[in-house]
Amino acid sequence: MNDIKERHQLNKELAQMLKGGVIMDVTTPEQAVIAQEAGACAVMALERIPADIRAAGGVSRMSDPAMIRSIQEAVTIPVMAKCRIGHFAEAQILEAIEIDYIDESEVLSPADDVYHVDKRQFKVPFVCGARDLGEALRRIAEGASMIRTKGEPGTGDIVQAVRHMRMMNSQIRHAVSLSEDELYEEAKKLQVPYDLLKQVHDSGRLPVVNFAAGGVATPADAALMMQLGAEGVFVGSGIFKSGDPVKRASAIVQAVTNYTDAKLIAELSSGLGEAMVGINEQEIKLIMEERGK
Amino acid sequence: MRIGVLALQGAFAEHISKLKQINVEAFEIRQLKDISGHFDGLILPGGESTAMRKLLGDLSLYGPLKEMIQNGLPVFGTCAGMILLAKEIEDEEPCFGTLDITVKRNAYGRQLGSFRCVDEFTGKEIEMPFIRAPYAERVGEGVNVLSRIKGKIVAVQQDNQLATAFHPELTNDTSVYEYFIKMVENRR
Repeated sequence: MNDIKERHQLNKELAQMLKGGVIMDVTTPEQAVIAQEAGACAVMALERIPADIRAAGGVSRMSDPAMIRSIQEAVTIPVMAKCRIGHFAEAQILEAIEIDYIDESEVLSPADDVYHVDKRQFKVPFVCGARDLGEALRRIAEGASMIRTKGEPGTGDIVQAVRHMRMMNSQIRHAVSLSEDELYEEAKKLQVPYDLLKQVHDSGRLPVVNFAAGGVATPADAALMMQLGAEGVFVGSGIFKSGDPVKRASAIVQAVTNYTDAKLIAELSSGLGEAMVGINEQEIKLIMEERGK
Repeated sequence: MRIGVLALQGAFAEHISKLKQINVEAFEIRQLKDISGHFDGLILPGGESTAMRKLLGDLSLYGPLKEMIQNGLPVFGTCAGMILLAKEIEDEEPCFGTLDITVKRNAYGRQLGSFRCVDEFTGKEIEMPFIRAPYAERVGEGVNVLSRIKGKIVAVQQDNQLATAFHPELTNDTSVYEYFIKMVENRR
């Protein structure tokens, strides 16, 4: 195996190790420790959680490397961080500090309104958001080794993540049902490489791990996404914007493991304190899922 | 023969499909009621050991599983599973603590340190993916070293316990599973 292929394989495999787990947004080493102790399988280090990014407005960029380093030192689980869409220089900096995963994220202000980062030029893995099969396979073609939904960040509203996961599943089922000669036309329609679509057709799933992200605020939200086929869950603002972060974090972790056990999830959902204050899709001016197609 | 695979977090599905490949019945362990029936062996998969550890406690699986391992239930831990079994973990309290080794977690560094190699496991050359892997810094008496990579101990057996720092579930080779199934058949 050549170097780039082997690296990509190892990076997809790290995502496999994260499956069935919860990746939590944290802004300080103290929060990172809380997340790890609550059972997070990784943390996303960022200066402001999405709800605050949304509230602050303006241009939102990669976090201070010193802040990311302090989180890397605080925990043993993998540490992820976000770069702006298309901002390969930010990605290079994150690689230089040996981040475990880069999220090329629509939560930050896009740096390039045409091109995404050529992720094959990097040794560290990338996770990217996707609303449908076309976006997912385009990101994978660019070198992403993990995909997540693009649920509207910082809203506590699960509707977009559900929409994306259902769209992905339905398009995968459709790709599976096509005959091989029909796949060429489908690849053209979806604007994706034929080979990747063929892999989906043959295996009935994305070629990489697919997580739910955006709007997850409760154990029930997490269970919903897992039952819809997510292989794990990102929780952004949902934890540290809630009344009792420790309890909520650990409840969401358990709900992801036992996502079909409604009795257990009923218990886990009891007395969690206040959930994050949500905002509806109709109430927001900035739709982040439109960033990076 | 039935093998339970701890399915709290991590790459458990991959283990189950490997076991199917060699025609061994496997089932997921997600909560206490899953271990009420008889089973002959246990696999602790790769993933994050801190997450699994927290869930073992929250779901009341820790005590019963530890007792089974202490009573000789054959167990196979990969990567995070090796850490869960270790008697000593560098800078941390042990989890099951039944396997007499000292383990160093993230011993090869962060994801940039992850690698693949082909090397010997009990005399056979096999593919070994190491993902943010640990290795054993010390093994006690009665622990048999099955593989060393660049001088580091990456596969061990002590009585009915097997542990590898690498991930045989991510390769096409089934030798490590066949080795474990033999251990289950010849349970001491």
